Amino acid sequence: MKKSEIEELELRLLLDAMYHRYGYDFRDYARASVERRARQFLGKAGLSTISEMIPLLLHNVSFFQTLIREFSITVTEMFRDPGVYRVIKEQVFPVLQTYPFIKIWHAGCATGEEVYSLAILLQEAGLYTRATIFATDFNDEALEKAKQGIYHLENIKQCTINYQKGGGSESFSQYYQAKYDSIVMDKTLRKNITFANHNLVTDQTFGEMHLVLCRNVLIYFNKTLQNRALDLFDDSLRPGGFLCLGNKESLLFWDRAKHYEAVEESARVFQKKYQPERLNMTNGY
Amino acid sequence: MKEKKIKAIAVGVSAGGLKALVELFSNLPADFSLPIVVTQHLHPADDSYLATLLDRITLLKVKEAIDKETIKPGVIYLAPPNYHLLIERKETISLSSDEKVNFSRPSIDVMFESAANTWGAGLIGIILTGASSDGAKGIKIIKDAGGLTIAQDPNTAEYSMMPQAAIDTGAINNVMSLDEIGKFISSLRR
Ligand SMILES: C[S@@+](CC[C@H](N)C(=O)[O-])C[C@H]1O[C@@H](n2cnc3c(N)ncnc32)[C@H](O)[C@@H]1O
Repeated sequence: MKKSEIEELELRLLLDAMYHRYGYDFRDYARASVERRARQFLGKAGLSTISEMIPLLLHNVSFFQTLIREFSITVTEMFRDPGVYRVIKEQVFPVLQTYPFIKIWHAGCATGEEVYSLAILLQEAGLYTRATIFATDFNDEALEKAKQGIYHLENIKQCTINYQKGGGSESFSQYYQAKYDSIVMDKTLRKNITFANHNLVTDQTFGEMHLVLCRNVLIYFNKTLQNRALDLFDDSLRPGGFLCLGNKESLLFWDRAKHYEAVEESARVFQKKYQPERLNMTNGY
Repeated sequence: MKEKKIKAIAVGVSAGGLKALVELFSNLPADFSLPIVVTQHLHPADDSYLATLLDRITLLKVKEAIDKETIKPGVIYLAPPNYHLLIERKETISLSSDEKVNFSRPSIDVMFESAANTWGAGLIGIILTGASSDGAKGIKIIKDAGGLTIAQDPNTAEYSMMPQAAIDTGAINNVMSLDEIGKFISSLRR
């Protein structure tokens, strides 16, 4: 066996151990990425082979927690890819406007910047009060930060630029208070947001959404798991509902893609087709 | 040296890259049978003009790599701006928005490491012009896995730092001019 084949085997055993011991299932994540992170972690932990992690993982909960932190990538930013927000504002909001209540799900929301960004635009469009927003992630630490809504001040200039590019029509500074080296997001933005733990690998659907955003999460999954997550979103979306993915994520390899139409391909915003039997129903409830 | 079965080529390039890639790819034969994966450092806001441009000047298909697509022979895949490009063991593409490596995303080290894991001794790693030391670690991993490593001659490179950093690792088999690299890879078959 070549060295790289042995490492492949070690990694498989490690992921099996993590799943059977703690229920966290990384077995269908994009392997090359997981392997890179595992290797990187070896250096930090002063170990030389991946298999040395297995006994530590099995017998030591705090080792597990460290490893999980290493495996989850929570990089995000306010109005990330501003063009996407503009498309949502200009092409999705007019449809949401026709419903008395709207339900939105951010899957894999990380530390919440994406959620606050959209909440701001909803508020500016007069849609916030009728919105129920679910923001989920499987990383409790990230969720806790999201709930706090406290972010580092350093990127504020970029946030402000992105806010404007993303279609913001007021002044970004009215949505936060600066405190020392941080900004605290305005509490009123949080009113209709529920942050909750949800795992896209093992948990079930959320009902009757009008808009599901899952950005830069599927890219970490292999094809099988991507399709599972996409099925989950499809089952959670109403006919005519919208799905928004990350810039490099697509419906290319998904068998239900035919039920969706691109609102704007480059922004990865898709609309679920109204099914034939529902066509003669009017909008809303 | 023992005759190895070549399976793929991985190219890392930074500043001065556009001109170098044009020169490298413009003479490849239409029946070229190896896949080529390329990480070129780009500004995150760049769109996909590089693939469009390169596609025009070569007989081969050049495209921006799509997450989860299967790697095909005779196709040139470019890492998209702001995403790392990784190769899976079953010869598919994974993109990732992990943190920057060597201040770069895409990072050459990231691509080289995963390519070495997948293709081992069947990989040729090439480092071209650039004002960075990204790729030096990766080229060593390629070499350690039995692959063949090439650096552009720093004297002829527009920016010498990157090929020089690779050479300084001691893991480079051949130092060549762009023209020589082009002729050499043109002669290869999968
Ligand atoms: C790179 S962040 C994306 C954040 C945000 N959506 C954005 O686009 O900026 C990926 C997030 O996906 C979460 N994630 C990864 N696997 C998950 C899973 N199986 N279930 C739920 N969340 C997951 C990670 O914890 C991380 O917070």
